[in-house]
Amino acid sequence: MAKSIDVADLNIYYGDFLAVEGVTIPIAARSVTAFIGPSGCGKSTFLRSLNRMHEVIRGARVEGKVLIDGQDLYADDMDPVNVRRMIGMVFQRPNPFPTMSIYDNVLAGQKLNSKRMKKAESDDVVERSLRSAGLWTEVKDRLDRPGSGLSGGQQQRLCIARAISVEPEILLMDEPCSALDPISTSVIEDLIHELKTQYTIVIVTHNMQQAARVSDETAFFNLSGVGKPGRLIEVGRTEAIFSNPQEPATEAYIQGRFG
Amino acid sequence: MSTTQATRKAPPVRPGDRVFAGLSTGAGILILVILAGVGIFLTAKGIPGILAKPDEVKSGQHFLPWVWPLVYGTLIAATIALLIAVPVAIGVALFISHYAPRRLGQIFGYLIDLLAAVPSVVYGLWGIQFLAPHMVPFYAWLNKHLSFIPFFGEPSATGRTILTACIVLAVMILPIMTAICREIFLQTPRLHEEAALALGATKWEMARLAIFPYARSGIVSAAMLGLGRALGETLAVAMVLSVTAGEVTANLIGSSNPSTIAANIALNFKESTGLSVNALIASGLVLFIITFLVNFAARALVERRSEFSGAN
Repeated sequence: MAKSIDVADLNIYYGDFLAVEGVTIPIAARSVTAFIGPSGCGKSTFLRSLNRMHEVIRGARVEGKVLIDGQDLYADDMDPVNVRRMIGMVFQRPNPFPTMSIYDNVLAGQKLNSKRMKKAESDDVVERSLRSAGLWTEVKDRLDRPGSGLSGGQQQRLCIARAISVEPEILLMDEPCSALDPISTSVIEDLIHELKTQYTIVIVTHNMQQAARVSDETAFFNLSGVGKPGRLIEVGRTEAIFSNPQEPATEAYIQGRFG
Repeated sequence: MSTTQATRKAPPVRPGDRVFAGLSTGAGILILVILAGVGIFLTAKGIPGILAKPDEVKSGQHFLPWVWPLVYGTLIAATIALLIAVPVAIGVALFISHYAPRRLGQIFGYLIDLLAAVPSVVYGLWGIQFLAPHMVPFYAWLNKHLSFIPFFGEPSATGRTILTACIVLAVMILPIMTAICREIFLQTPRLHEEAALALGATKWEMARLAIFPYARSGIVSAAMLGLGRALGETLAVAMVLSVTAGEVTANLIGSSNPSTIAANIALNFKESTGLSVNALIASGLVLFIITFLVNFAARALVERRSEFSGAN
């Protein structure tokens, strides 16, 4: 489990539009890397290119390489379905399957992998995943209830449980706390700390305190103007980025003097 | 303190709200009035037909033994038509909404809508002139190889069987069901689709995980609309089906078939007088009740799992 990511000179296009240009970034295994930057700077697009989720938009394509422990995600024989089974994702808004119980939500990924599991085995997976997501004690008595009946923060942790139940190599989080209240947010941040011992985590956030709290490395994305491609401006140790940024744009953004 | 309550002013009523509330309530009540009107008419005119003695009506039978084959024919024709049409409608709708390139999907959707505008007499002509003769060899094959299933007994030489009528009905109810399913599939929240894809679902698995559960009640509604049309369809069935009065048979491909209530009314209404007319109206009442029961059952089915519907 837990693999490193190496991105080399990646361009992401939607049709003819170059959305993200020339990103080169190494991401170590078992670390938390935060992407920060203004809206529209391409950080979410870049995150989605790490498990080929950006391809749900027609005309999306990339140039360059994304290597997961040396294996190219965009090799010709690579099936995006397999990529996504290896790299889990948590979205901005909690999205448990509304027609499924909590139990079935956690197992949704397992069922796709068409594993036939005995009842005891799937019970184990559900308990382990929900414990890892810090949700077990809250829901253990109502596993057969719909997932949509939980609070927003609980739903998001259910989505994390669903993502990690298949034991992915990497966990991508696209602003996982932006729809949550501060208490739920802090629960999820604690969870990220625990999860990084097992997974490589990449998180997009608009909240700079959050980036400072949870991440080991921080990458700052920016774009030079409307209609221009987003670029990676600077990446480094989180303490260094926040205390002593090398680029003036990074400093301006972190200090709130932006634009 | 008690006086304050008596003198407290009511919040102001805005005229726009009032007019709109009146209009929408009125529209709602109108539906009930129409339904009640039809129900009362059918009941009042039908009861004499139900009570008529065998020698007073053209059929020469008591009401129940007379109407039973018609009920049987109606139910079996509508059910089989639905069984044929639902999977096709879901498949076509899914193709339009999620598989076809956007342009092609739009053109396809437009064509389906056009199909809905074809009048039923045209479907009837097509059924009797084209479909029925072309089905004859197929029926012979079914009888030869699958005659151990009671549905495929002695085949008809004309092809004007209940199965042919079912296929015509299925084609007729396909457009409306496809159109509704397509609209619902298109409204599947992006969030749920992405949740499935991010877990590594293929397109078909995504449909099963995200689209179908979300669209469930809509699919049931679409099926009910289709079933309603199939139950009540008159002309196409009357044209296609070669009817033997009073027949109740499991054989779907034979030459003697039960009629349906609606087709039977259409075929016999002109030549009927007196209590025979009342008997026909009573059979209409039976159809009315069947439609009601089917709709209630469908609603109950959807309601039973409303907690998991995704609406909350």
